[in-house]
Amino acid sequence: MQPLRVIFASFFKIGLFTFGGGYAMIPIIERELIDKRKWIDRGEFLDLLTLAQSVPGPIAVNTSVFVGYRMRGLRGAVAALTGAVLPSFALILVIALFFAGIRQNPVVDAAFKGMRPAVVALIVGPVVSLARGMHPALYVVIAAAALAIWGLGWSPILVLAAAALSGVAWELTIARRKGKR
Amino acid sequence: MILVQLFVSYLKIGFFGFGGGYAMLSLIQNEVVVRHAWMTNAEFADIVAVSQITPGPIAINSATYVGYTVGAQLGHPAYGILGSAIATFAVCLPSLTLMILVARFFLRLKGNRLVEGAMSGMRPVVIGMIAAAALLLIFPRTEAPGDRNFIDAWSWVLFGGVLAGSWRKVNPILLILLSAAAGIVVYYIF
Repeated sequence: MQPLRVIFASFFKIGLFTFGGGYAMIPIIERELIDKRKWIDRGEFLDLLTLAQSVPGPIAVNTSVFVGYRMRGLRGAVAALTGAVLPSFALILVIALFFAGIRQNPVVDAAFKGMRPAVVALIVGPVVSLARGMHPALYVVIAAAALAIWGLGWSPILVLAAAALSGVAWELTIARRKGKR
Repeated sequence: MILVQLFVSYLKIGFFGFGGGYAMLSLIQNEVVVRHAWMTNAEFADIVAVSQITPGPIAINSATYVGYTVGAQLGHPAYGILGSAIATFAVCLPSLTLMILVARFFLRLKGNRLVEGAMSGMRPVVIGMIAAAALLLIFPRTEAPGDRNFIDAWSWVLFGGVLAGSWRKVNPILLILLSAAAGIVVYYIF
């Protein structure tokens, strides 16, 4: 049985080096958990990734909870989660503590004026690459969701819930009928 | 009271945060900028920028940062630390509970038709949510200077350059650092 502090330390390392979040951390997890420590096998990890994406929350958090739980139950899950979250928590807290003080600095202000449009571009990038793989009919859904939230001010939670229900309804009616034929 | 609102907001963000980082931006923006006005559109963009160049998921980074900012508004930095702990805990709580359930019923969930149906319904909407977050960052609801991320032609030049870079798979950390340097050159030196 793995000691909790080893689980914690391992996920602390993953948390410390996952820049860019989400998919960027997958190779790091693979190296640390599959190749080095052999805590989980590759096949199970792929299934886990699929499931981690169907459960809400950051992929890093979901993965750490799952692996920690598999190893040591609830305590393992908490140890892994704390390890994964602590580096960003501590770092951002330090930044937040000092940011108010340097915020008015003209150089810092100029740097942020440059970074703001860059951030927007980094968000727009994946919209196009994710949409490219989809059926063209779904472009309408993508556009409608974007306009409802941005233009009409609808709650993104409501839009998301409606989409999940439509997906279930589709699966139970049209997809089921197709399956019977 | 504001700390309770903070907890509830981040619990919601964690619970409905399907589709990972960028998709959660729309939820975070809706709670933090639109509903509660805890920060301006530009401050929100600043956090996303900071998240990009520090490790960790955007949801966690924003929870810690927003929690601190909101707590500190109560008058003392200690409340800021408390607020950041509350928000970070709240955003993780749904993942913790749901993933443990998934770990217990792992095999039964795999390939479940209802789960797959819900997922396929949400997939295009999640992309729409990312687009909505970007649109709100470009076209804010108010004309207040604190809400504007695009202030002049240079903003659009940087936007275009970074977009081209991101399609060519240039490292996002590098792109953010380059645009910070460009910002200093354009807005400070000149």
